[in-house]
Amino acid sequence: MSVFFAKRFMTLLATLLGASIVIFIVMEILPGDPALVILGVEATDEAIALLTTELGLDRPALERYFDWIFGILQGDLGNSYAYKVPVWELVEGALKITVPLAILSMILSVALALVVGLYAAANHNKASDISLMGISQLGISIPNFWLAVLLILYFAVNLRWFPAGGFPGWDEGFWVCIKALILPAVALATVQGAILARITRSSVLEVFREDFVRTARAKGLSQRSTLWLHVLRNSMIPVITVMGLQFANLLAGTVIVENVFHMPGLGSTVLKAINNRDTIVVENVVLMLAAMVVVTNFIVDILYAVIDPRLKAHDI
Amino acid sequence: MVGGSITAFLLLCALISLFWTPGEVYGISIATRFLPVSAQHWLGTDQFGRDILSLLMAGTQNSITVGVVAVSIGLFAGVGLGLLASARRGWTEELIMRFSDFSFAFPAILSAIMITAILGPGGVNSIIAIGIYNVPVFARLTRGSANAIWTREYVMAARASGKGKFRITIEHILPNILSILIVQATIQFAIAILAEAALSYLGLGTQPPHPSWGRMLNEAQTLMFFQPMQAVYPGGAIALAVFGLNLLGDGLRDVLDPRLSRKR
Amino acid sequence: MALLDVENLDVSLSTAMGPARAVRGLNISLEKGETLGIVGESGCGKSMTALALMGLLPDNGTTEGTISLQGEDLLLKSEKEMCKIRGNRMAMIFQEPMTSLNPVHTVGRQIMEPLRLHRGLSKSEAFKETIGLMERVGIPNPSERVHNYPHQLSGGQRQRVMIALALSCSPDILIADEPTTALDVTIQDQILELIQNLVDEEGMALILISHDLGVIAENTEKVAVMYGGAVVESGPTDQIFGNLAHPYTQGLFAAMPKLGMGRNGRLTTIPGTVPDLINLPAGCTFTDRCPLATDECGTTAPSISTVEAGHKVTCHHIDQAINGRGEGLYK
Repeated sequence: MSVFFAKRFMTLLATLLGASIVIFIVMEILPGDPALVILGVEATDEAIALLTTELGLDRPALERYFDWIFGILQGDLGNSYAYKVPVWELVEGALKITVPLAILSMILSVALALVVGLYAAANHNKASDISLMGISQLGISIPNFWLAVLLILYFAVNLRWFPAGGFPGWDEGFWVCIKALILPAVALATVQGAILARITRSSVLEVFREDFVRTARAKGLSQRSTLWLHVLRNSMIPVITVMGLQFANLLAGTVIVENVFHMPGLGSTVLKAINNRDTIVVENVVLMLAAMVVVTNFIVDILYAVIDPRLKAHDI
Repeated sequence: MVGGSITAFLLLCALISLFWTPGEVYGISIATRFLPVSAQHWLGTDQFGRDILSLLMAGTQNSITVGVVAVSIGLFAGVGLGLLASARRGWTEELIMRFSDFSFAFPAILSAIMITAILGPGGVNSIIAIGIYNVPVFARLTRGSANAIWTREYVMAARASGKGKFRITIEHILPNILSILIVQATIQFAIAILAEAALSYLGLGTQPPHPSWGRMLNEAQTLMFFQPMQAVYPGGAIALAVFGLNLLGDGLRDVLDPRLSRKR
Repeated sequence: MALLDVENLDVSLSTAMGPARAVRGLNISLEKGETLGIVGESGCGKSMTALALMGLLPDNGTTEGTISLQGEDLLLKSEKEMCKIRGNRMAMIFQEPMTSLNPVHTVGRQIMEPLRLHRGLSKSEAFKETIGLMERVGIPNPSERVHNYPHQLSGGQRQRVMIALALSCSPDILIADEPTTALDVTIQDQILELIQNLVDEEGMALILISHDLGVIAENTEKVAVMYGGAVVESGPTDQIFGNLAHPYTQGLFAAMPKLGMGRNGRLTTIPGTVPDLINLPAGCTFTDRCPLATDECGTTAPSISTVEAGHKVTCHHIDQAINGRGEGLYK
């Protein structure tokens, strides 16, 4: 068991290291001199040279890369070029919006997927199954940012149930914040949930054809108990796989949907930083997003082992 | 069937809009702004006095261009790399696959944002960005399906008769994985349309005055509180296009690869 | 009243090409503690018969006729009532012990399930009972094995788990569908012996389904030979093997490898393939492959005739078949 974890953990670290290298190289190629952008086009060459030295941008790339990485290991993300404040200060507030939003939409999409997927599978080929799958096909096709606009129009503008945008900050109270996150989370969760619901349905139907389901029925278990006790857990493996793969898309969606709701999350932070050529902020934010994806997939790997005891044995 | 007709309908819209649109697409006339739905303007006009239906039709061109170019980039580069990986095996395969594994940690739109950040915002750049994202998708699919074909008896027979790897790839491998690639291309086409819309919505894609569904949505959002329908149409067009292409993909899979459809 | 009485059982499966008549006019009668063998090639309807008895046919299957268990017609029972019978009064062992056990649950949990369901035992009682059952089916070290997952056990042990599972509620009837086909030859005998002993001890009736005449001959009192969805020959095992009548049964027997056949001895085969259950031929279903077939066989279905007491055969040319047995019908 511990070997299994250790191996997965090493993969996680290696992926993150690789990601950091790619991100750094990409940002090196990015045209635009941070010093020039900060000082404006009228700035003198001396002033630019001075600021370049001050920011440490004249040092070799390799040295700056290792500075960045060792800084991260010590919990220091460096200082923003544009605002001259620690990156963490810029990012901290954004993380407190993006992470809860991503988690909330993940929970919503899984709940939606399980309810719809199981219901459709239990009513296989009946009218309810066919119409639910038609709706989910439609759900997959809807761009999440458009759904966000529609949700604002209906629930915020017409019904006034939820705020149309912005984020009050966690100091204002838990429920106010959750209320602000509901609409963006629903916008994100609908598309993800539609994909996952289809996977859940087909996976459940697939497992229903397995021999051990016949054994369970031969024991005298009803169709329903068989579904809950024997089919559900076995059918969760493809669902979790897709969930892991979709998480990256969910995060990307978060970046866009935050924009619709004018929330100062990681999305707006990274877009602003790209405009300012604030490379260090971009590097850190993108690495954070990559880290979230990688950690999610790490959790997925562990969930595999929890669900299916065969995998544990396989890896040791 | 439904998917095919929706896709054909969109193609028709794009074709017609090349020659004729019911109203003005590029011209700005303040006098006709925010006109309600009428016989002349079926969906009304926007804040610049442009006919919304005409904009939607012209936007079809944009989406189709993006889809075709982005999928072509992905197809040519990705299928080439995938076939190479499958034919050469060894370290070539390892390198190509590790690279494409890696790019999966970065979601489509995020990598597109980064790439447009490097290349600068613009229609062409966003297409390239989406195209680059398509490369590993096709590379993985091609390599996986090609590897399966390489183990078949008729390929063994071809190798035994002294045919080179390049010739076998052209004569046996490619024709056998074509149907899978076509299905995937349809799906990637839909994803490309979605991604372009997202980029244009963020202001990183198609620039004014070229009509684009994503940008229409962006422009409409500022007016959303008093012109809500203006935000509804372009999104509906995107959803319809993606829906049609996804259905077409499913349909093609059923026709081209009956084994896959039965498993579903 | 017999323990189990199956009369005129028809099973048909609806397929894209039309209904497939998997079982036709099946009659079986089984007393308490009696053992019945059903033998035939794959696709002859023997597994479908078993599933029909359990009420576990696939969704596209329909049944007609009666299956009465101690006078109650199972085909008239609701799904809920059937759940109370399955695993409790009738239990089943399947061919593939690997895939027939749920890979994500421990074997202990899977054996405990029917105990808690039908006998209403508490968790700890069921656990104790499970260890006892595992010991009884010959699994070494049951208190440890109970926590194992199916993939951690050998094929033979998995089948023992399946047997423990089937045995848990002391059913009246045990149906074993090819219980040893997926196992190594050396283990096959052990498993069959185990089933035989348990059936004797518990006084259960056994329906043993196999394609292997040898297995049937050694383990059953009565036999039904199935071909193309219908029984072609049935009767007490001793009588049938002492007096093979139906050409098909003779063919099956001739196709068995025999000891001392030497390396030059060739296995006899029955030419042709099993009939298409969707488009059944008009007359006797065995006509195409039968060495004795005449025009009559192709047009009229043969009726049942009795060779000796209890030994029934469905064939137009019984006398010819019995007389020809000496030289062998198949060359």
